[in-house]
Amino acid sequence: MKTGLAATLVRAGRRLLSSLPALFGVLVFTFLLMRVLPGDPAVFFASGPNAGKEEIEQIRKQMGLNKSVPEQLVFYLSDIGHGNLGRSMMTGQPVLKDLRERLPASLELTFTALLIALIAAVPLGVFAALRPGSFVDHGVRLFCALGVCVPTFVSGLLLIYVFYYLLGLAPDPTGRIDVFTSLPPQRTGFLSIDFLLAGDVEGWWAAFRQLILPAVSMALFVIAPLARITRASMLVSLGSDFVRTARSVGLSWRKVVVTYALRNAILPVITIAGIVFSTMLGANVLVEKVFSWPGVASYALDALLSSDYAPVQGFVLLMASLFVLVNLVVDICYGIADPRVSIE
Amino acid sequence: MTSATLRHSIWILRGNPLTGIAATGVLLFVLVAIFGPWIVPYDPIVSNVSEALQPPSAAHLAGTDQLGRDVFSRLIIAARLDLTIAVSAVGISFVIGAVVGAFCGYAGGRLDRAVGRFVDVMMAFPLFVLAMAMVAALGNRIENIVIATAIINLPFYIRFARAEVNVRRNVGWVEAARACGESHFSVVLRFLLPNILPAMAVQMSLNLGWAILNAAGLSFIGLGVKPPTPEWGIMVAEGARFISTGRWWLVAFPGLALMMAVLCFNLLGDGMRDILDPRMRT
Repeated sequence: MKTGLAATLVRAGRRLLSSLPALFGVLVFTFLLMRVLPGDPAVFFASGPNAGKEEIEQIRKQMGLNKSVPEQLVFYLSDIGHGNLGRSMMTGQPVLKDLRERLPASLELTFTALLIALIAAVPLGVFAALRPGSFVDHGVRLFCALGVCVPTFVSGLLLIYVFYYLLGLAPDPTGRIDVFTSLPPQRTGFLSIDFLLAGDVEGWWAAFRQLILPAVSMALFVIAPLARITRASMLVSLGSDFVRTARSVGLSWRKVVVTYALRNAILPVITIAGIVFSTMLGANVLVEKVFSWPGVASYALDALLSSDYAPVQGFVLLMASLFVLVNLVVDICYGIADPRVSIE
Repeated sequence: MTSATLRHSIWILRGNPLTGIAATGVLLFVLVAIFGPWIVPYDPIVSNVSEALQPPSAAHLAGTDQLGRDVFSRLIIAARLDLTIAVSAVGISFVIGAVVGAFCGYAGGRLDRAVGRFVDVMMAFPLFVLAMAMVAALGNRIENIVIATAIINLPFYIRFARAEVNVRRNVGWVEAARACGESHFSVVLRFLLPNILPAMAVQMSLNLGWAILNAAGLSFIGLGVKPPTPEWGIMVAEGARFISTGRWWLVAFPGLALMMAVLCFNLLGDGMRDILDPRMRT
């Protein structure tokens, strides 16, 4: 077992190294992209429309805009090496600080959504695969076909209409928490976890109620690919020899389906879950806008619309690193779910 | 289409009536996009504040918006813009992606690996974020929504065409074409590309729905289309302000239009795949 784990780690480490060039590519690409942005940020951030030429020149110098593009790129890369992502002109704070403050909100939302999607999709896929062609199977297929067609921003708004306006079950759909609620001491940055750690059940409930609608609207969009791959992979696994053997020796239905068939069917589901996570990072932009969620995506969108380079670059870099990290986790999960993978 | 294929198609359509319905739906959307301006009951742009925010009724099938404009008329007019954006974006990425992917898959070697690497970098990324950054960089205009959507679609076509050509590059009829003195260039363009075209067409239909969603998402966050232009995404964005006060029709109907369009293209793509490749049927 120990060698298995070591092999998994070696494999994951190799994959991590091979993804570094891609990360670097994304970095340079965004840098260049941001440099083509229309509008001179120096003019934008000058005191006003009548700002003097000297003032603008000074801001340009302060931002390093008076140097050539390759020079700027080198400075930018060395800054990143020192953990300096630049300063946001919008908030006046270092980008790293802004991102660190806002990242937990986005991650909490995305992880909750992924969790909801998995909890819904895996059983749906399994039940559909157990009775192919049945009423359940067709129902799941219909749900999947519809699920990928409704944009997240529409389903989010309709959820607000039903649960906030009609039923009054959900709180006002703005932000992570009511402004009047006292916040728990920050430990993980995930409000729902922090409230629990502080033993504040009422606070947890308030945070949870804010979280659930955006998370569900994000989850609805990704249940379909997860359920579909679970069904397909379960069908293969259920038709295999080892399941027939397990059945013929009289193992319980539960043991056959859950322990043998599902465990063997889970690999493709993990792969798709990784891809889905990346899609959700992008979809965050839409959901955070609908629910005024104070996450990194809405921060980047605001920065983008006011041609503030540094936050957008920081955001893109953050997204790319998160993606690399997710792939790493997927690799490790692979090794745990199927030790054969690491040995090859 | 030979008569055998035709018969096969009819047989499939009988077993899967959804494909027929989806094809009809797509046709309907196209007709609405073409003839929209002649069939709308009201002017989609002129405001009429005395009738603002009315719920759906016989006079206004989908209600009216905050400026008293008829939502139904705006939905119909918007079909042309939404479909044009999606179709031209998918068309551009299809042409570029098929040619680049086919040549790479045929040539193999270092170039192929470099392009493959580049495609991986692009796909290794929340593509919507990329599209967002590109529209902002190129300028906040509709053409740039098309370009951004085309670029984020590109890796899928390159990868697809590469894989399809790669399995065919050494089959008998390609060898025969080469033996007859066809240049590599003409082998790819005249033999391989037409051969992978049907499979690519399926991919296109499946991708159109995705392109519609992407374009609508971009205009929802305020990029590209500007008011008062009717477009489904921006109509949802404008209606979003009124959802907390219960004006559901401003969001629900454009949302429904988006959903139906995407659903029809997806089902049509699935159906076409069944006709082309019975083994892929799910």
